[in-house]
Amino acid sequence: MTAAPARIEYRKVTRRFAPQRKGAEGVTAVIDVDLAIADGEVVSLIGPSGCGKSTLLNMGAGLYLPSDGEVLVDGVKVDRPNPQVAFMLQKDLLLPWRTIRENIELGLQIRGVAPAERRDRALRLMERCHLTGFADHHPHQLSGGMRQRAALARTLAVEPLVLLMDEPFSALDAQTKMVLQADLARSLADERKTALFITHDLVESVALSDRVLVMSHRPGRIIEELVVDLPDRDNPFGRRQHPRVIEYVKALTALLDIGHQELHA
Amino acid sequence: MTSAGQPRLGLIAASAGVLVAFLAAWEWLPGLMRIPEFILPPASRVWLEFLRVQQTENLWLHTGITALEVIVGFVLGSLMGLVIGCVLGVSPRAELVLSPYLLALQIAPKVAFAPLFVMWLGFTVYPKILVAVLIVFFPVMVNVLTAIRTIDPDLINLARTFSASRWQIFHMIEYPATMSPLFSGLRIASTLAVIGVVVGELVGGNKGLGYLLTYGEGQGNTALVMVSIIMLTLIGIVAYGSVALAERRVLHYLPRAQHTTA
Repeated sequence: MTAAPARIEYRKVTRRFAPQRKGAEGVTAVIDVDLAIADGEVVSLIGPSGCGKSTLLNMGAGLYLPSDGEVLVDGVKVDRPNPQVAFMLQKDLLLPWRTIRENIELGLQIRGVAPAERRDRALRLMERCHLTGFADHHPHQLSGGMRQRAALARTLAVEPLVLLMDEPFSALDAQTKMVLQADLARSLADERKTALFITHDLVESVALSDRVLVMSHRPGRIIEELVVDLPDRDNPFGRRQHPRVIEYVKALTALLDIGHQELHA
Repeated sequence: MTSAGQPRLGLIAASAGVLVAFLAAWEWLPGLMRIPEFILPPASRVWLEFLRVQQTENLWLHTGITALEVIVGFVLGSLMGLVIGCVLGVSPRAELVLSPYLLALQIAPKVAFAPLFVMWLGFTVYPKILVAVLIVFFPVMVNVLTAIRTIDPDLINLARTFSASRWQIFHMIEYPATMSPLFSGLRIASTLAVIGVVVGELVGGNKGLGYLLTYGEGQGNTALVMVSIIMLTLIGIVAYGSVALAERRVLHYLPRAQHTTA
């Protein structure tokens, strides 16, 4: 645990899901998860698929509540979606009938920001996210990478304190992914955002975060924490070059037991 | 999308060729095969009948009335389908309560209601419109309902993380998401509306192309029957074309390939 007051904190969080059919057993997705992320910290969460990573994120966003335990943002219990937290998924979730600018404005519009102001904010963000000139395009006219940039801009537009990201770049090709990682890292550092970042990409987790948390198989619990003691958190290109990256990836590989476990297809 | 001019022109020419061949066959084959004119009048005979009934039988009045019934029935039925589809879409409980009855009504052959409506409303335009409303309602409602039901739940969750109200989720996400399936429903509905109106007119009344059709039948005037059928088809084509045109304007944000299939 960090000494600074946590921006977002999970205390003894357990989440069970009711059985799908009568007679079937319910599923415990995560169990007894304790984690705290300080202001401005970026933490990655890795673990086998189905270990409840996304469940943790959804509870952080207030989409549903823990069965036991609680999630706190700035010391306040999360019991519904709240303006401090925004989330971003692997899917860009852009609305096809809205232009890129209107998509970026979605959160602002829902929160009742005046049209002129949300337009200004959207255009400013588009500039920062390298989307200038695409304001009046529709999502289908953009590449996957550009669409994901727009999704990031939409997430940043509501100026959240905490970003919850569920494999935001995993559907992109390797090069686009690296460019977007760099953009994200810079945005997070410039604005001192706090972020919880789910990924399957071990190098990505090392390149982007201050700490990496490793989860177990379902029911998911946090089994290990790895502090990434490397410079350049705002510059993943630079950090990747660092000779010690490979050590961290090795350590994470060992922790995840990759290569020894059987694949349950 | 990027079809060159040449093959496209070729296709149009081929299509026109089929029409010419068809008309030629219609004109000369019956004679060659010695089919009597009261069974299958040749194309030119039908054309002359078309010119004649314009003068003597008020063809355009009948066509106008049928077209009006089609438009009113189509608009009312579609609106009902859209509204009820939306209501059931956002309220699973309402759907659960009403679905057996809606299903029963959907299975019931709507045209069979025509005599009943004529008994209720007399030889006016209303029973015809009512049959059209009933027959148009279902494809529209089902498409709208399915569209709302199949929205990616993550989209709804996204709106929820922005603290969207139920109403905001509806009018920013669910309702716009119904547009594409709505238009698929409207395309079907536009042709069904013509069927509904014609059946209504066949059953009773003394106006409209359906009436002209039975009138021609009663006189053994095969050519008049065919003129009526052709006029009805034209109404259907115009109705369908208008929907397709509106669709292109409303769904401009979709990549072309997705909504050009007929």
